Amino acid sequence: MTTLVIDNTFDDPTRRAPLVLGHDRFGTVTEKICSISEARRPPRAWYIAFAISLAFASILGVMILYLFATGVGVWGNQNPVMWGFPIINFVFWIGIGHAGTLISAILFLFRQKWRTAINRFAEAMTIFAVICAGTFPGIHLGRVWVSYWIFPIPNQMEMWPQFRSPLLWDVFAVGTYFTVSLLFWYVGMLPDLATLRDRARTKVRAMAYGIFALGWRGSVRHWHRYERAYLILAALATPLVLSVHSVVSFDFAVAQVPGWHTTIFPPYFVAGAIFSGFAMVMTLAIPARQLWGLRDFITMRHLENMNKIILVTGSMVGYAYLMEFFTAWYSGSIYEWFAFANRAFGPYAWAYWIMVSCNVVIPQIFWFQWARRKIAVMFIVCLLVNLGMWFERFVIIVTSLAQDYLPSSWGYFTPTWVDLLTLAGSFGLFMTLFLLFCRYLPMIAMAEVKHVMPQANPHGHAGQEPGESEAGR
Amino acid sequence: MNDPTTTAAPTDRPSAAQSATPREPGEVIGKLYGLLAEFETPAAIMVAAHRVREAGYKWWDCHTPFPVHGLDKAMGIRPTILPWLVMGAGLTGAVTGVVLQWYTNATNLDAWLIVPITGYDFLVSGKPMWSLPANIPVIFELTVLFAAIGCVTMMLLLSKLPWLYHPCLKNERFLRASDDRFFIVIEARDPLFYRRKSQEFLKSLGATAVEALEA
Repeated sequence: MTTLVIDNTFDDPTRRAPLVLGHDRFGTVTEKICSISEARRPPRAWYIAFAISLAFASILGVMILYLFATGVGVWGNQNPVMWGFPIINFVFWIGIGHAGTLISAILFLFRQKWRTAINRFAEAMTIFAVICAGTFPGIHLGRVWVSYWIFPIPNQMEMWPQFRSPLLWDVFAVGTYFTVSLLFWYVGMLPDLATLRDRARTKVRAMAYGIFALGWRGSVRHWHRYERAYLILAALATPLVLSVHSVVSFDFAVAQVPGWHTTIFPPYFVAGAIFSGFAMVMTLAIPARQLWGLRDFITMRHLENMNKIILVTGSMVGYAYLMEFFTAWYSGSIYEWFAFANRAFGPYAWAYWIMVSCNVVIPQIFWFQWARRKIAVMFIVCLLVNLGMWFERFVIIVTSLAQDYLPSSWGYFTPTWVDLLTLAGSFGLFMTLFLLFCRYLPMIAMAEVKHVMPQANPHGHAGQEPGESEAGR
Repeated sequence: MNDPTTTAAPTDRPSAAQSATPREPGEVIGKLYGLLAEFETPAAIMVAAHRVREAGYKWWDCHTPFPVHGLDKAMGIRPTILPWLVMGAGLTGAVTGVVLQWYTNATNLDAWLIVPITGYDFLVSGKPMWSLPANIPVIFELTVLFAAIGCVTMMLLLSKLPWLYHPCLKNERFLRASDDRFFIVIEARDPLFYRRKSQEFLKSLGATAVEALEA
């Protein structure tokens, strides 16, 4: 029996850091992860969190009903700020989703094996975030009963959607993104659903998991195609994820509004999306890891890696903030320069400085190793990053619209209680879906975790030190 | 190791209809589907798979809880056609994107698809009716969408899934194929399959258990 490594945060380049701690058998991995959804009752904290989340999700439902019954006047959106909270929330949530695809697709293509412990989580988060995101443009339409007009379906006006508008590109980008993320998540989960089916003690569980497992039986002939399909999906999802937030940024960049009309928007939005998404993954992973004792899989090294990505993407966002200012000054356009000076020192300066401090200044603490390895520090930083990224969308959308060209049409946007409760409610919906996922589905990709254990290498032998053997791809 | 082609007695072989009653009573009541051999490590099944292939079996498979690297090569599985099918699906998506946008925004053609539909010249800011750059995002998204849906569908169909019933899934021992055990199944319809010889052959490969599977 090998000595089990319990710390994998070392930086010795001659040793391969183990990704799974405290397990030297495949069976214990299965047992540990399956027992979460097989437990008769989840931990008490789950019930409390679920009750709160469900309450907020219900508030979202009530707010949407109220909106439909009354009209969009219940929101703070009005001339000149016609795009208020709904679009801010849409951009915020769609950005959150991006980390899931980054972890599942881009890190997969880069052969970053540490992704296996967190990819299931992150993909689930992507799907729930896109559901929240999709809600907002849907309810923002005003006349929701004709919302099918946004799709190229023959309608009573005999008019087609305008394909030269970025708003329509959004429909296709977000729709494709949701579908592909769902497929990716589901395909990744097939083998694990089969595991749950095979372990089921009751008929109902065997049927429920059995139907969704599609009869998966781990045949190597199937695995062969499965691995190829997974690689292709990753290769498709990678340009897709870059395109989605680029298209979202076109909603702004294609417009003539000062502060929006910049070419830096697509890369800047994508970096910000990944940044906020990683912060959200951490916000969810840290409590889940503590609650269900998943420290063996989501190890300190995983958290540290994610903190490093937050530091990098946060700095990229900071660079974009600086570059926007430089370009505004360098352009020589008084409107452009005014828009940016107004962001930093105008009526919304409070929002701007919340954004800068949360997104750029605070994550710099991750330059220090102790901060990257301290749960409390990283949790607080990630919460602040979530806040800061929401404010980034607020600053971009509201400040540019509130004071653009004509001082006579300037205004100041104030959200109503409906705006605020709808935003809070979307968090409730997100958390409700996430907690249900944690309860009923395999939270960690078991097959993939087993695959990166040193024991999975058919050319090694079981007696080797975990750090020494070359882990199978 | 025994070569099943030369050493097996003809009477040992199931009939062409695969309905032979098994020799050992109490093991399989219905038809015989094949033999199941259990291995404990990826290395063990790797060696065993090599030897099953060398012995000339055609209707056999390995079942593992995760993709064991190199096992597909050891089994002699040919590369899948999947990437080409995905490319076809993606190109279909691209063509759909072009035709959809051209028809709906840049023509006045009438067509009949369930309901009468007419193209609609959409003039915006004096821009040309049909200019590709503005249509690239939707073409791209539809390419990815079609390719991804095609990829998953084709992957499942080529593997003959979904198929909720399978003889393997009835076996108690096989339940660990999704947990921590590695299995080789040789089907009874294989021309080289002989009940006893194949069983001994599988045992000689280091299988921790060999069981008959009921069809």
